[in-house]
Amino acid sequence: MKTLDYVAEVSAVPIGDILRRYPLAVDYLANIRLVGVDETKTLPEILEDVDEDMLEEFGLDREEVIFHFSAFLEAFSRTDESIETISSITILGGRDKTGRPEMLELTVTPGEVVSIVGPTGSGKSRLLEDIECLAQRDTPTARQILINGSAPDLDKRFSTGGKLVAQLSQNMNFVMDLTVQEFLEMHAKSRMIPDSAEVVEKCFAVANSLAGEKFTLDTKVTQLSGGQSRSLMIADTALLSSSPIILIDELENAGIDRREAIEILVGNEKIVLMSTHDPLLALRADKRIVIRNGGVTKVIETTTEEEQTLHKIEAIDSALLTIRNQLRRGAIVTNESIPEFQEK
Amino acid sequence: MKLITVAGPPSSGKTSVILKTIAALGLPPGSVGVVKFDSLTSFDHQRYDEQQIPNQTAFAGKICPDHHFVSNVEGAVEWGMKKGLSVLVTESAGLCNRCSPYVNGILSVCVIDNLSGINTPRKIGPMLKYADVVVVTKGDVVSQAEREVFAFNIREVNASATVLFVNGITGQGAFMLARYWQDTLDIRTLRDRKLRFTMPAAICSYCTGETLIGEMYQMGMVKRMEFDDA
Repeated sequence: MKTLDYVAEVSAVPIGDILRRYPLAVDYLANIRLVGVDETKTLPEILEDVDEDMLEEFGLDREEVIFHFSAFLEAFSRTDESIETISSITILGGRDKTGRPEMLELTVTPGEVVSIVGPTGSGKSRLLEDIECLAQRDTPTARQILINGSAPDLDKRFSTGGKLVAQLSQNMNFVMDLTVQEFLEMHAKSRMIPDSAEVVEKCFAVANSLAGEKFTLDTKVTQLSGGQSRSLMIADTALLSSSPIILIDELENAGIDRREAIEILVGNEKIVLMSTHDPLLALRADKRIVIRNGGVTKVIETTTEEEQTLHKIEAIDSALLTIRNQLRRGAIVTNESIPEFQEK
Repeated sequence: MKLITVAGPPSSGKTSVILKTIAALGLPPGSVGVVKFDSLTSFDHQRYDEQQIPNQTAFAGKICPDHHFVSNVEGAVEWGMKKGLSVLVTESAGLCNRCSPYVNGILSVCVIDNLSGINTPRKIGPMLKYADVVVVTKGDVVSQAEREVFAFNIREVNASATVLFVNGITGQGAFMLARYWQDTLDIRTLRDRKLRFTMPAAICSYCTGETLIGEMYQMGMVKRMEFDDA
């Protein structure tokens, strides 16, 4: 449907029905201070009784309100085609800070995890930005990003702006003064998910399964502990975010079940890029990118031997987790908590 | 010369976004200039000076900041042409939420920050509604969900604008904004161009220095509030 079709609909159908057909329409009316309107009237009829001076404050006249309202309905009824199904992204190398060519051609597919390792300031964020803006040899690194094997056109680069990459970092906080339930419902509304109750419920359950300490739906998001916040952010990103690519910055300090967190993200067909120095996470990735001096110096596929060491690292990690939980419960930590001691 | 108008609430990160975008443009030093429109004081010129960016600051003082902007922006363009700039950025702060300093045919950028509350996009009016590009800053410190909800609230007010997330500290995202700046038309003057939205009507006795309160001291354009009967 085009905007003009909406104009016809809005002119003929009582506003009550319009509001039921397009639940978001109530926001548009509220934005121009039209609340508590007579639902049996059409919008043009309602506007007859509205003070023109009030509309002028919003830079609108009666006809413009109808047109803008229709454009609003059109914009929010449009299915988001800018994010087509992404079956792969490919990073083609550019050059490092000294201008040396970067020997890189890496293709990542949904469900894959790539870890990024390298010292602070080595260019990890730059790599993310190249992916985010779908660089076409026109950023300082001269890298090129392909989507589904081919170069995206300029229109797509602009239209996907900000929607391609979701980010999770340890610096992030919740700032909204909302309960967990309100927060999830609001996010679901912004994604225009018609029946949000189910996904809100699922998101809440997943977040709670990741968090060390459980929380309730009526907890304020600003009152969640660091680990609880991170769990909610991960569950929300996996289940409610539209972005097909997720970049995680340092998950290790979060105090949550990191293994399960990664599995949840991967299980929801996301491409996960993770900047980390946590062996458990780095080795769990399918590949790891080594960055130095602004350039990728190596792409390491996790070897069989590394996968074997992973079992040992997991054992160490779970021993640590047990101790953490003992401390949390107020218990005394004993030699029995540590497997190495028991063997001797 | 390309002209870009940047507006946004105080401390939303306009100067940082402008500095990062100028860097991303990669033009020769001295070819991008800034004219800052502020109300009373501004410290931004120091930051532009540090980067050797030609800049001028104008203070509205007792004049309505919006009226002050529109009566000086043409002069700003003349200054830019004389300096031989290839890009001129006007930066406006201290505008009331009723206003927007945008001109038809001139790229309009609105900068707002993610920390300012989720309903802010619905409250700031024409400054957001008439922008071509809405830049959201401070997105690195809030959750992904809040970024998405914030962007959604922006689209509810201005469905046709492009929403870009720019990190004013690292410059992440400035590259895309620079692409928009590069694609704008070259102009020589602003004469006879039209504002996208009318300026506030401001002709009352308080405009001319009246300070006493009371109906008898009020003249000109006065909007009276209606209260519930007690």
